[in-house]
Amino acid sequence: MQDEPTPIELTKAVADFLRNDITPLISGHQAFKLRVAVNILDLVTRQLTQEEGSDAREVERLRGLLGVNGSVTELNRALAERIAKGEVDLATPGLAEHLWATTMDKLAVDQPNYASYKRELERGG
Amino acid sequence: MIEAELSCSVQRWCPGATGVTSAAKLSGGASQETWRFDITHPDGPIGAILRRSPKGYGAAPTRAAGLAAEAQLMQLAYEAGVPSPRVMHVLTPDEELGTGFIMQRVEGETIARKILRDDEFAAVRPILARQVGGVLAGLHRLPQDKLPKLRSRSATQEIAEFDRDYRSLNWPKPVFELALRWLRDHDPGPSAETTLVHGDFRNGNLIIGADGVRAVLDWELAHLGDPMEDLGWICVNSWRFGEIDKPVGGFGSREELFAGYEAAGRRVDAARVKFWEVMGTLRWGIMCGGMMQRFREGPDHSMERAMIGRRASETEIDLLRLLAPRGG
Repeated sequence: MQDEPTPIELTKAVADFLRNDITPLISGHQAFKLRVAVNILDLVTRQLTQEEGSDAREVERLRGLLGVNGSVTELNRALAERIAKGEVDLATPGLAEHLWATTMDKLAVDQPNYASYKRELERGG
Repeated sequence: MIEAELSCSVQRWCPGATGVTSAAKLSGGASQETWRFDITHPDGPIGAILRRSPKGYGAAPTRAAGLAAEAQLMQLAYEAGVPSPRVMHVLTPDEELGTGFIMQRVEGETIARKILRDDEFAAVRPILARQVGGVLAGLHRLPQDKLPKLRSRSATQEIAEFDRDYRSLNWPKPVFELALRWLRDHDPGPSAETTLVHGDFRNGNLIIGADGVRAVLDWELAHLGDPMEDLGWICVNSWRFGEIDKPVGGFGSREELFAGYEAAGRRVDAARVKFWEVMGTLRWGIMCGGMMQRFREGPDHSMERAMIGRRASETEIDLLRLLAPRGG
């Protein structure tokens, strides 16, 4: 087991330092790039915090849909193939719900301010 | 140092010009650059824009029309009254500037967030969607016998191409697979007429002033095809910048866009527009994947590219909203 503080805590500390202490000192194109860098660290922090739970739920849904076992990547590949072959589609019970849940979990990490995501969140997650 | 070459160039084709000042690079990757500069002239400075591939970058990407075709299209558009910058000069090899062209600079705003939010544009926003419809109608009516040689693409060929692009990314995405199936199942077939299609008609490629659309830029992806493609592309949610209830570029409704198009004497096929909106959403998603791939493979190991890769999920939620909307 690795020592502490955790990657989440470390990433957050770097992001806070750049945001609070460095941002006021930088201008122009470098300021834009700094903002991108801070956004990346924030995204990584969200992913480290949420990934374990959302992957576990995704795997569970995928097992139910596909009736097979595997890693989250293997199961996604299998589902993609079945959709491509036309074996699974929106009429398949559970598929739309699964894709919605998975996509909402992704947006929560990638882009929680994206307007479509916020709208769907208001609809009840 | 580009000013020396530009100075020599303008003195050859712009009567009275004595040189150039204030050359500044606006954007560009390795293969295509945009520069702004001022031509020094006894009547006062003339604002100009250079679009070029520097020497050694002759080959355009497969989908691009090429800078020579772009210049020709902008000139045709300008002559037909479609808002477009006037092309002043097409570069020749002895000018040592690479390949490309110089056009007159049109003042105005291209940044969507400003156009959608700033007070300066408050009065123009309500009329933009209708105006854009009229501009597209003019563009689709450009005389085909005068067009440069352009690739021709049907919906069926586009689906096949996106399918191939997506699979080459080796990036399994069930939502993209679903969209590809939907597109195949809803392929509207050949369109009743084939016209010039701008191919990238959206926020960012339009110069807007307090009076509305002043210029259509970036004809790089122009081709021959279904005119409804341009109407669908400007409705893609990615160009609404948060204004998701105003499908046309975040500033207007489909009804206004269609009314402007039909008032200019052309017909709208709303089902085809929807098809191209789905296609456009997937297209941007696959482009995000392309950014991720280029980021990984280098040499442009930039943070911006990396983050655009992560924006593919935005197109996934937009595709779900289009194809599997949830109740209420």
